Amino acid sequence: MNVRSQVSMVFHLDKCIGCHTCSIACKNIWTDRKGTEYMWWNNVETKPGTGFPTAWEDQEKYNGGWKVEDGTLALRSQSRTKSVVNMFHHPNLPTLDDYYHPWTYDYKNLFDAPEGSDQPIARPISMVTGEPVAIESGPNWDDDLGGSPVYAEHDRNLEGLSEEQRQQLFAVERLVFFYFPRICNHCLNPACVAACPSGALYKRGEDGIVLVDQTRCRAWRACIAACPYKKVYFNWSTGKSEKCILCFPRLETGQAPACFHSCVGRIRYLGVLLYDADRLEEAASRPDDELVEAQRSLILDPFDPQVIAAAAANGVHDSVIESAQRSPVYQFVKVWKVALPPHIEYRTMPMLFYVPPMAPVMANRGQGVVDSVSDDLFHDIEAARVPLQFLGNLFGAGHDAKVRYALRKQKAVRWHRRAETVGDVDRATADRMLREADCTAEEAEAIYRLTSLCTFEERFVIPPMHREEALQMLEEPMEHKQAAGFGFIKAPRRGV
Amino acid sequence: MTSVLSLDALLFGVLPYVALAVFLLGSIARYRGWRYSYSSLSSQFLENRQHFWGLVPFHYGILVVLTGHLVAFLIPRSVLAWNAQPLRLYVLEVSALAFGVLTVIGLAAAVWRRITVGRVRRVTNTRDWVLFAMLGVQTVTGVLVAMLYPWGSSWFAATAAPYLWSLVFLRPDLTAMAAMPWLVKTHIVTAFVLVGYTPFSRLVHVLVAPLPYLWRKPQVVRWYRGPGVVS
Repeated sequence: MNVRSQVSMVFHLDKCIGCHTCSIACKNIWTDRKGTEYMWWNNVETKPGTGFPTAWEDQEKYNGGWKVEDGTLALRSQSRTKSVVNMFHHPNLPTLDDYYHPWTYDYKNLFDAPEGSDQPIARPISMVTGEPVAIESGPNWDDDLGGSPVYAEHDRNLEGLSEEQRQQLFAVERLVFFYFPRICNHCLNPACVAACPSGALYKRGEDGIVLVDQTRCRAWRACIAACPYKKVYFNWSTGKSEKCILCFPRLETGQAPACFHSCVGRIRYLGVLLYDADRLEEAASRPDDELVEAQRSLILDPFDPQVIAAAAANGVHDSVIESAQRSPVYQFVKVWKVALPPHIEYRTMPMLFYVPPMAPVMANRGQGVVDSVSDDLFHDIEAARVPLQFLGNLFGAGHDAKVRYALRKQKAVRWHRRAETVGDVDRATADRMLREADCTAEEAEAIYRLTSLCTFEERFVIPPMHREEALQMLEEPMEHKQAAGFGFIKAPRRGV
Repeated sequence: MTSVLSLDALLFGVLPYVALAVFLLGSIARYRGWRYSYSSLSSQFLENRQHFWGLVPFHYGILVVLTGHLVAFLIPRSVLAWNAQPLRLYVLEVSALAFGVLTVIGLAAAVWRRITVGRVRRVTNTRDWVLFAMLGVQTVTGVLVAMLYPWGSSWFAATAAPYLWSLVFLRPDLTAMAAMPWLVKTHIVTAFVLVGYTPFSRLVHVLVAPLPYLWRKPQVVRWYRGPGVVS
């Protein structure tokens, strides 16, 4: 057992209102620089939709993630040989057009335009070339199903849905969608790291945050192609790859990442998971339908004395183990099993989990009325307007069993609370529901509390990072004095 | 007459050493002082299609041509032995010329892309244009030499290789060089200038070609347990 700790996340999709506050918080802190205008380390997508960059889930186009070849894991986009062959032109690299051409407006013209018969206008100006540009698309161009025939109807997750189900999804006045906020998953088996020819990308041993060493990055671009979630971006100005850093400077000082902190719907949870690194490769090589369970099995019980001993022997600090015991992520993912990894079939073992959304699921009954009591208590879920298959494609590698389990449990929790507080559901029905959803009243109460009444401290259980013990920093305490940011004393300037 | 000779001495006896010294000191200094700038500065992200038709032929062309020069420099006798049979000589010459032409075409396509695509022009600076001009002179003279003065693979082994070795042994022997046509001279002088220009240009990316990827483990984990510990 090789116990390591990983800062992990849960996004509760039922609570996401799609306000994009997270994206703005991130943008203002990290990506308002030249070359990063188009980047959204955090972005919020509408599902069904094609996302950002367009159609990122289409791995036939982008070749991201891993595949199993003769029983062993291999990157889809890269091998040792291919790293040489594709050095000069990467065949799977998305280009700026797959994201969008960043622009601003020529506001100055509003003030400086000579007097004339027309109102002066502020023309859109490219933030790359500085020339006028025709806007063709932008971030969240398909927000709230805008342009469905172009975007939503090409969602890869619609695969396997019947024609009837598709029509149902896009029926006029009965449209249904939910939001899908995304950041870097800080995977256990990151494809970006494994693809980087320079070895610039790395996973931090102590907390599992995946970073790009900016001095070592040489713009070979393999990481961008390899990441199946397209969460590594290319800074066209500095010629370096950049990605979500999980606000590690904030985490190291005990603050939640900016997108977490600013989340209006309080959908985000952060905490430590202990996992067994020795079994990682084996788990990531399992057949598609076993992957969710395989990843769960990697996550270790932080109360198990054996795990604690192995963690301590591996240098995991006591305070981190204690933090893991209070981790909300552990509850959602491992204990309650209601949070699921996105597209685990990419086999990167993402460590950001999603509680699948309930709201649209509940709203598909005759004439739009939800039938509250029937003998088949989970009928609504089976006959969902967002078909289970769609959610299964997103969160279950094409299999809906895990999603069904999570939704049933969530529904049981709601009915349990209705029996408790509203009283329009009798206790016996609620209890039967809990039983059928593999849930106890105590568990339902705990889920309810952490979902609805959670405080800041309960949502973000940030482990002490113990940078004070980092030898590297102790050796040269003055090294970063008056540094402009993290790691650079001089502002990074594009090479010649 | 003496003035011409002294110019040759300057170009073929002094310049190589200056270029090499500048290359070594400059590259090391840049790596120590401004490591961040060691990047290929790829622009594929801004423009994809023309990138393929320029960058791929250019790089494969120049890699083969440079390897050819290196082999002829390292084992000139074997090259001469190979060329003893006319058929083998033709094969070698034709394929060398083909890769040379490929290089020129690729370079032309890449430069054309830099000129015509606004986004890419935006990330091209003066030093890049200087570099492209030098590479243009270098590759075009190379192809012209191959066409106008045939059997270069043989006469390179007989003249240029001994000259280069004389440089290595710090006893520059300029007799062969002095007798060269001006086209060949230009080709050689530009080569030395390019070597010296490397630390001041994007050419430094050649020095950080990611060979370790061919044997390193896929996943990289860095611990803060000790300075610079990478496991």
